[in-house]
Order: sequence, then structure tokens, then C-alpha cells
Amino acid sequence: MSEDILLLDTDVETALRAAVRSLLTERCDPAAVLTAYAGDRSLTRALWKPITTELGLAGLLIPENRGGAGGSAREAAVVLEELGRYAAPVPFLTSSVIAATVLLAGDSELIGQLATGECTAALLAPFSAATVEQIPTLTKDADGRLSGRVTSVAGALESDVLLAAVQTPAGTEVHALATAAVTAEPVVSLDMTRPLADITVDSAPGRVVVEAGAGLPALRVGLAIGAALLASEQAGIAAWCLDTTVAYLKVRRQFGRVVGGFQALKHRLADLYVELESARATARYAAGAIAAGDPDAAVATAVAAAYCGDIAVHAAEEAVQLHGGIGMTWEYPVHLYLKRAKADQIGLGSPAYHRSVLAGLIDLPLGRK
Amino acid sequence: MTNPEAVREDLRGRVAALLAEHDPAATDPVTFHRARFDAGLAWVYYPQGVGGLGVDRELQPFVDALFEQAGAPGNNPELNGIGLGMAAPTILAYGTPEQRLRYLRPLWAGEEIWCQLFSEPGAGSDLAAVSTRAVRDGDDWIVNGQKVWTSVAHKAQRAILVARTDPNRSKHAGLSYFVCDMTDPGVDVRPLRQITGEAEFNEVFLTDVRIPDANRLGQEGEGWRVANTTLNNERVSIGGRPVPRESGLLGAVTRTWRNNADKHTPELHDRLLRLWVDAEAARLAGTRLRQRVAGGQPGPETSALKLSFARINQQLSGFEVELLGEEGLRYDDWTMVRPDRVDFAGREAGYRYLRAKGNSIEGGTSEIMRNIVAERVLGLPSEARGDKDIAWKDLIR
Ligand SMILES: Cc1cc2nc3c(=O)[nH]c(=O)nc-3n(C[C@H](O)[C@H](O)[C@H](O)COP(=O)(O)OP(=O)(O)OC[C@H]3O[C@@H](n4cnc5c(N)ncnc54)[C@H](O)[C@@H]3O)c2cc1C
Repeated sequence: MSEDILLLDTDVETALRAAVRSLLTERCDPAAVLTAYAGDRSLTRALWKPITTELGLAGLLIPENRGGAGGSAREAAVVLEELGRYAAPVPFLTSSVIAATVLLAGDSELIGQLATGECTAALLAPFSAATVEQIPTLTKDADGRLSGRVTSVAGALESDVLLAAVQTPAGTEVHALATAAVTAEPVVSLDMTRPLADITVDSAPGRVVVEAGAGLPALRVGLAIGAALLASEQAGIAAWCLDTTVAYLKVRRQFGRVVGGFQALKHRLADLYVELESARATARYAAGAIAAGDPDAAVATAVAAAYCGDIAVHAAEEAVQLHGGIGMTWEYPVHLYLKRAKADQIGLGSPAYHRSVLAGLIDLPLGRK
Repeated sequence: MTNPEAVREDLRGRVAALLAEHDPAATDPVTFHRARFDAGLAWVYYPQGVGGLGVDRELQPFVDALFEQAGAPGNNPELNGIGLGMAAPTILAYGTPEQRLRYLRPLWAGEEIWCQLFSEPGAGSDLAAVSTRAVRDGDDWIVNGQKVWTSVAHKAQRAILVARTDPNRSKHAGLSYFVCDMTDPGVDVRPLRQITGEAEFNEVFLTDVRIPDANRLGQEGEGWRVANTTLNNERVSIGGRPVPRESGLLGAVTRTWRNNADKHTPELHDRLLRLWVDAEAARLAGTRLRQRVAGGQPGPETSALKLSFARINQQLSGFEVELLGEEGLRYDDWTMVRPDRVDFAGREAGYRYLRAKGNSIEGGTSEIMRNIVAERVLGLPSEARGDKDIAWKDLIR
């Protein structure tokens, strides 16, 4: 546990945050986000392009010598916090964080394409998968063609390439297969801002991007960094929920006064503020520990994932409640955040799962050792 | 010197020089602490001349650790928490140069223990309602009134005191802030037994206590502002200190867990892990806040830390009693004693459970902390107040 890890933004991070925020303020209007629920995915394309080309964020975590921006988990966390604030429907987490991290374990040219945004990738696993055991493996026939089915895959609909785990006698390989070569059935998802798809692979050609020996650790690291950084997205969701609710309750009047002046509500908002500050601290600490290669990264990840998942849901549920009737309406954006928060709580391992991981890491077993 | 490594190097050199001159093992604690103060190594973020070097506040733990490694003596931090945590920053902010010199060194050296004469039977959360009167008499003030819940008054030589100097002004405007000599013959300290059986706090009766005007901190009538500096620092010293992971009550609970495998159930296990995560999250939030205010005065955000600290301590201590089962039904000691300090580490689970109840009351209740966060951090409207512009003497009490 390192006390030296900065839990605030550096100057570079402040600038990055401002850039992402200004782009999203301009082009990620909640009304446009809402269209995802009608199956309209044009906002995703409209946002992802400037995020990759203007801001150059697709390859944020990819080192410069492999064509990326050479950023660290800290910067990716800042980006995710902002994306969470806007419930932005872009594949940054699935492609730039999880898929990119998996790919780094191999030396395919795909990394370079991912880095420039030429190509977007997704891990072929249910969004809820927390362990490599929960990633279904595809079978490889004599001709090297892949088959299998994986349900509830996040990021697949906006991907050009899927990264699949393939079991071989030598171990688990990671293969890249073209999304165009598989059947991707869109799923009606709880969170349509990160929609899922069921993928059927039927004798599709794949190419190895991570060799058998390195496959499992690569997948493990991909899931871990995904869980660690998802916490920042969750902190961003909670921040939007609190800020928006506070702003609304400062103007909404009932009983001849501003309802934000009622102590019962003030106290609930104060409690949310306390939770949000803690969520930000755990999320930044996890990102910082990963960026620094700190041995505490595993504990930091488990804490952030366990804490932020529940806090984001709590913040969104309070936001709905404290907005009253308007919180239940389709037109008002708070439901976008509730759906995102609830889906994120399950994504990459539930808080209960991360607590059980933590128990092992901090020597607090159930029963005798 | 802006390079943090260079500052650390410099501090390391100063600590080594002091240790070379004063062998901690062979020097009596007071002498050692006076020397540490004079070398600017007491609270390094204070200005030069009053125990500091004017460096970043975040460097204090670094210096403390160097002294600890060298086996330097303690300066009664457990007993003098009010002095070190609350009186000192207030004196620094509002004291004259003479007052700083007179009070800070013996305070730091642990020679003088301080207590806080704020709360009264009629003024708790509504601290600005105090009715203890201070009436001007030449160069002195004559003080009369009653204070309550005063921790360590029975050990203290000095006190910070809020008293009413002008009852004709509104309740916030007519207050002044003093340093009171607890050895004055007009100060009568009586133990007040508490929920744990012991008497950590007291009632204090003030009868014609004479306080020289030179012992006033801040302007006459400015007592509320001065008191707020104290209260902000109180929240930091209650909930905002840097703490190692799994320390405090969490440490007690995890030890109990590890030593009592026969009492584990899956339900308790999940609760334990939730508490661990909550405590770690609160700890990191404290670190983040300290990084944000490094150097500056703590603001209303610190109320958030005190809120989580109180909630977590109460949940942890309640959990521990339950975990212990049959053993949790027993209590270690109901004897009425007058302890020096809160003894979370030396007493058993039942004591921790009962004493932690005070964490959401002392230093401002959790309800008041939530009001502060809501109004001063989130900017929500304050409660309608009927007493704001009325002279204190005309208020219904
Ligand atoms: C262990 C311990 C040590 C202490 N040590 C000291 C000390 O050394 N020196 C000192 O001066 N004081 C000390 N105190 C006193 C402490 O600061 C007060 O107890 C505290 O500020 C609350 O005041 P009160 O007890 O009068 O409660 P009250 O103010 O009477 O409050 C009663 C209840 O009403 C609630 N309440 C009050 N106002 C509001 C409001 N506006 N909105 C919502 N709820 C409200 C409170 O939260 C509480 O639940 C100590 C207290 C304890 C428990």
C-alpha cells in the first residue's frame, strides 16, 4: 500500500479531462444517447470517430513504440470517469482497455490498427465474466476454423474484430476473428448504452494473436484492468447523479420552499457525497496502483470494484427517487444512468465476487486456513 | 525548495542532526521535545519560529516516522489530542506572536495538557448559544458559567473557552474566545460518568474565573469565527488523520476474526468484507482530501471524513460484539475510573462498542456534519432560522 500514489489529477490529466468533457458536452447530448434504446446506434459512430482521431484515445494504453499514445491506467481512468458522466455509448472500455490489454501480450499487427482507431476490438466473453474460467472457449477444427457460442458480449456490435479464447493441447490461445465472419445477434439489454450481443461462431477463420503460453495470463490481466477501470466509470456515473440531483433540488419548489432545503433530503445528499468522495478515492487509487506497477494493485482493484459498483447504483437510485415523478420519465436522462449503473454492477464481476477475491488477498478467510 | 525529494533530503538531515545532539534514549522527553520544537521539526508545516519549517503538510508523517524509527519519545498525543489537534492550529491562526510563543512550545512538548470548554447544558449542537459570561474588569475578564462533556478537564492545565462577551448582540456576534488557566481557583472540575462506566469527560463550573485580556484569541466579538477554526480542525483530528490500512477498530475486528475461526459464518464473512472495503474507502478518501488541502486549512469537506469514521467505527464495534457471541455478552470492567484517554486498544469489544457511540456525537453530531456537507459543500439552502438577527439576551432559551 503506497501513500505516495496521487489521488488527484496531474496537470496532464486535468487537460485530458477537459478535452474529453468538452467533446462530450458538445456531442453527447442525453437526448441523443436515448436513441440507443430505439436501436439507433449512430451516436456511437459519431462519438467514437472524434475520440479516436481528434483525441487519439483508442490506443491510450498502447505503448508509443507499438503505435499507441503510451498513456497509463491513470489517464484511462480519467477518460472513463468522464464517459461515465455522460453515459457515453462508446467502446472505450471494451476495446481500448480490455481488448488492447489482452493484445499487448502478443505481437500481432492488430495492436497498431487498434491504436490508430482503424479497427475496434472486443473480448468474446459475457460482460459479467470476472474470471478466465467464465470466458467460454471456442473449438478449433482440423482446418483451424473456430466454432462456438458466447452470449451477452459487450462491445461486439461496435467491433471489427473479436478476441476469442481457444482451447488447444498447448493451452489457451487468443484468436482474432472478424466480426463480419460471425453471427452477432443484438440483445435487448438492460443498458442499451453498452448493448450486448449473442455471438455464434460457425467455422470462422481466426488467427492467433496471443500464443498458448501467454493466453491465460493475458485474459486475466484484461479482465482485471477492466474491473479496476470500470470503477472510474462508476464514479463518473455517481458524480453525475449527485451533481444533477443537487442542482435540481436547488430549484424545485414545494410547500413554498426549495425542496433541497428539507433536512431529510440534505442528509441523504450529504451521505451520497461522502460515498462519492470515497468512490473517487478508491477508483483513483486502483488506477494509480496499476500505473505505478505497485504490488498493491490487486487489493486496490478488488476494493475499487467492490465499492464503486454498489455506490453508483445507490447514487442512481437516489437520483431517481429524489427527482420524484420526473425521475421516472423516459425524457429525463436519469434512467440512462440507473441502467448503466446496474449493468456495470454486474459487469466484470459483482461487488460480492470482488469481496471474495479480497478476502484471499488480505488474509481474512472464511473458516480455518 | 520545490523539488519534493530535495525537501525530504533536507528534513532527513535536520532530523539526523537533532538526533545526534539529543540521544532520545538518554534525554528526558520534555527536553527532547523542546529541542525538536526549536529545530522546526515539531509540526513541519507550521512557520519557522513556532515549531515548523513552512513545508508541505503531507511531509509531517514522513518526519514523524523518522523520529519513531529512532525511538524518540512520545509527547502525550493520546492525552493532549485537544491541545495538538485543535488548540494549536487555532493559536497559530489567531494568536499574536507573543501568544504563539507562550503557548505552542509547552503544548507541543506535552508539558501542558489542554481541554475544550465549549459545550454547555444549553448549548450543544447550537454552540453559538453559549451563556457562559465574560465581563470586562480592567485588563481582565471575569468569567462565570457551566460547561459540560469536557474531556480530560481533570488532567488539563489550559483550556480553550468560548464565552459571551456581549449579550446585546446576536448569538453569533457576541462571543469571544479565550485561553483559560485550568488551575485558576474559580475552576471546579467534577467527573461525569459515561456509558462505558468510566469518567473520561467532566462538568466544569466557572466561578469568577479571572482571565487577562492578553489571553483572548482573536478580536472581541470574533469568537465564533475563531471557534470555527477549532471545529474544522477537530473534525480533521477525529476523522482525518493518516492511518495505516486495517488499523484502528478495523484492526481490532480483523484480529478477532482471525483468532476465532470457530465463530465464522458466511453471513458474517460478507459483512466483515463489506466493512473492510468501507473502511479502506474512507481511509483513501482521507488521503485524497489531505492531498487536496496540503498546506491549507481544512474546510467543510472534512465533515465527510468524520461522518464515515463515526459510522464505520460503530458498525465495526457492533459487528465485533456479535462475532464474539457468548464472549460478547461479557464486559471487561464497569469500575468508575478517570482515564487519560480513549482506550480502544487496551479494552475489550464491549467497551469499544459503547465508546464508539460517542464518535457520532463528540465534535459535532453526524446530523450536524450532514448539514455542513449539504449546506457548505453542496450549497443547498440552510434551515429557516428564527434566531439569527435577535439579540442573544432576547432569545427564548
Ligand atoms: C465523548 C464525548 C466527548 C466530548 N468532549 C467534549 C469536550 O471535550 N469539550 C466540549 O466542549 N464538548 C465535548 N463534547 C460535547 C459534544 O460536542 C456535544 O455533545 C455535541 O456537540 C452535541 O451536543 P448535545 O450533546 O448538546 O446534543 P444536542 O445538540 O442537544 O442534540 C440532540 C440531538 O439533536 C440533533 N440535532 C441538534 N440540532 C440539530 C439540527 N440542527 N438538525 C438535525 N439534528 C439536530 C443532534 O444531532 C442529536 O441527535 C463531547 C461529547 C462526547 C459524547
